[in-house]
Amino acid sequence: MTKALITVENLKTYFPIRAGVFRRAVGHVKAVDDVSFSIAKGRTLSIVGESGSGKSTVGRSILRLVPKTSGNVKFHDVDVYRLSKRELRKLRPKIQMVFQDPYSSLNPRMKVGAAIGEALIDHGLADPKEVRERVEAVLVQTGLEPYHFDRYPHEFSGGQRQRIVIARALALNPEFIVLDEPVSALDVSIQAQILNLLADLREMHGLTYLFISHDLSVVEFISDEVAVMYLGTIVEHASRDELFAHPLHPYTKALLSAVPIPDPTLKRERIVLKGDIPSPADPPRGCRFHTRCPFAEDRCREAVPELRDVGGGHRVACHLV
Amino acid sequence: MATQLTERRKAEKRQTLVEFKDLQTIFETEAGTIRAVNGVSFQIREGETVCIVGESGSGKSVTALSLMRLISPPGKIVGGEIFFDGKDVLKLSEREMRHLRGNQVGMIFQEPMTSLNPVLTVGEQIMEPLMEHRLMTKSEARKQAIGLIEQVGIPRAAEIVDAYPHELSGGMRQRIMIAIALSCDPKLLIADEPTTALDVTIQAQILDLLRKLKEERNMALMLITHDLGVVAEMADYVIVMYGGRIVEEGYVLDIFRNPRHPYTEGLIKAKPVIGRRTERLYTIPGQVPNPINLPNHCYFADRCPYVMPACLERYPETTVDERGHKTACFRCAEGAER
Repeated sequence: MTKALITVENLKTYFPIRAGVFRRAVGHVKAVDDVSFSIAKGRTLSIVGESGSGKSTVGRSILRLVPKTSGNVKFHDVDVYRLSKRELRKLRPKIQMVFQDPYSSLNPRMKVGAAIGEALIDHGLADPKEVRERVEAVLVQTGLEPYHFDRYPHEFSGGQRQRIVIARALALNPEFIVLDEPVSALDVSIQAQILNLLADLREMHGLTYLFISHDLSVVEFISDEVAVMYLGTIVEHASRDELFAHPLHPYTKALLSAVPIPDPTLKRERIVLKGDIPSPADPPRGCRFHTRCPFAEDRCREAVPELRDVGGGHRVACHLV
Repeated sequence: MATQLTERRKAEKRQTLVEFKDLQTIFETEAGTIRAVNGVSFQIREGETVCIVGESGSGKSVTALSLMRLISPPGKIVGGEIFFDGKDVLKLSEREMRHLRGNQVGMIFQEPMTSLNPVLTVGEQIMEPLMEHRLMTKSEARKQAIGLIEQVGIPRAAEIVDAYPHELSGGMRQRIMIAIALSCDPKLLIADEPTTALDVTIQAQILDLLRKLKEERNMALMLITHDLGVVAEMADYVIVMYGGRIVEEGYVLDIFRNPRHPYTEGLIKAKPVIGRRTERLYTIPGQVPNPINLPNHCYFADRCPYVMPACLERYPETTVDERGHKTACFRCAEGAER
């Protein structure tokens, strides 16, 4: 077992719900509620879940873009939340993030070269004289052209903009990148290009990814390990091969069976879940999935199932497994 | 194969419900004229599900909006004809058009929140077309609305009828949109990316619901999507659009088993599929063409792995094979072996 690059221990991120004249907290949205995992250097962990599962909040909490409520986040051996503002700033280039929407991630009034170069200068990673060279090199690495340096974001298509955003993250020579739904806003023919690019860059630079997505087919392509989240908790976590071959949690099974497969001759047994995801402000007692689980028993309504190892690092939180 | 042929015979006996003939819809912009729909012809038969597949800017939504005559300036329908149930839609008066919309053709969109009026209860929004088109009284319409909410699979319909859209989840809102679209028993339901904004488990519910309602009501469904998985699951017949034109069309099995246009082939290959492991994904190089400067030759030529000299000279004609599978590609025209 190689050493973990990122370690998350019992992470909780709650958002207060404020009401009344004094904006007093009347409750909490438990966006992330006791999540633990680690990612070894060079590996990719994907977090899969539906809206409201807390998957994006996990990514943001790791980068301290939203404050955690409790728990630990370690990068190498450094406790990210113990760092002062200045120390955190020094760490920033090493931990980068790419968001879903490449349109809102780029300043429309800033040339591409400046957008990528700004962070290099700000962090003192490059001499102003060599910025152009560095930026052009990273543009080429992400499949763009050196002359794109002097272009504005509106001159690019969605796929190219996502390349620019990736180039901006990559320019800082990061070790770890949180990719939050990086291909969800892109057309199918462009998605494949970006996924291949991410795989190539990982190989070339030994990058470690936390890949956040709702799309299991994309996750199967990019991941080494997969964690499935539901209402703020991890319900199943295993290596990619194990999870796709032997999903154990009923929610994972339902998710897998819900993805439409592009083969009209295929007849599948689909587990159609009833109802909607409950509000994370008021999650169900016991197992959080019991309200939609086709196999729920009495104990599922009362006791919270523990996330436990059922062998070979396959972790699952279900009373029935 | 035998079953497929009987299916097809069954389909051919069905009456044509909608026919697009050489439809041309443009948008005049400062940068130039966008030919959003550029000579599109196809049919939808009664009770049939036709999926229109394409990437952003392919013209799939504009085709549907043209049928509803919901193209507003700077957009304009500049050519072609659209027939619905024998009527020439583009020649109808505004009054007749209102009767067609909602009454005979229902439509649902990707984002249910922006399609619903936030200050009216969902009940009021379902009742409105019933009172307008079916001349029901308020109490009749309310009863009907509760029935419709039940039919689209929402429990506690009698309470939900008085709820406001913001009180409902995304999946429930889309169900309400479907209830509104179905209120007057349309012959055709147009669904423009109805599940794109929804989670997969909710998408599965909505697709099941659409299938069930379509069967029960023998309603035709024009489903616009970019997701080939959804197409495989729902379609009887598939239209593939690229740059405002149809590049390929055929029965769903033919399209997936034997895609003939290199673009369709690429789309099918590029989509990651669960259980099909690859080290690298197949990619279609390049970008979707700029709709302002479409070339005089095949729009896909600069991305096509099989490009030939003819492809860079003119736009290919559409050829039909003996199975009714239509393709606009020189390779098919020449009968080139795949």
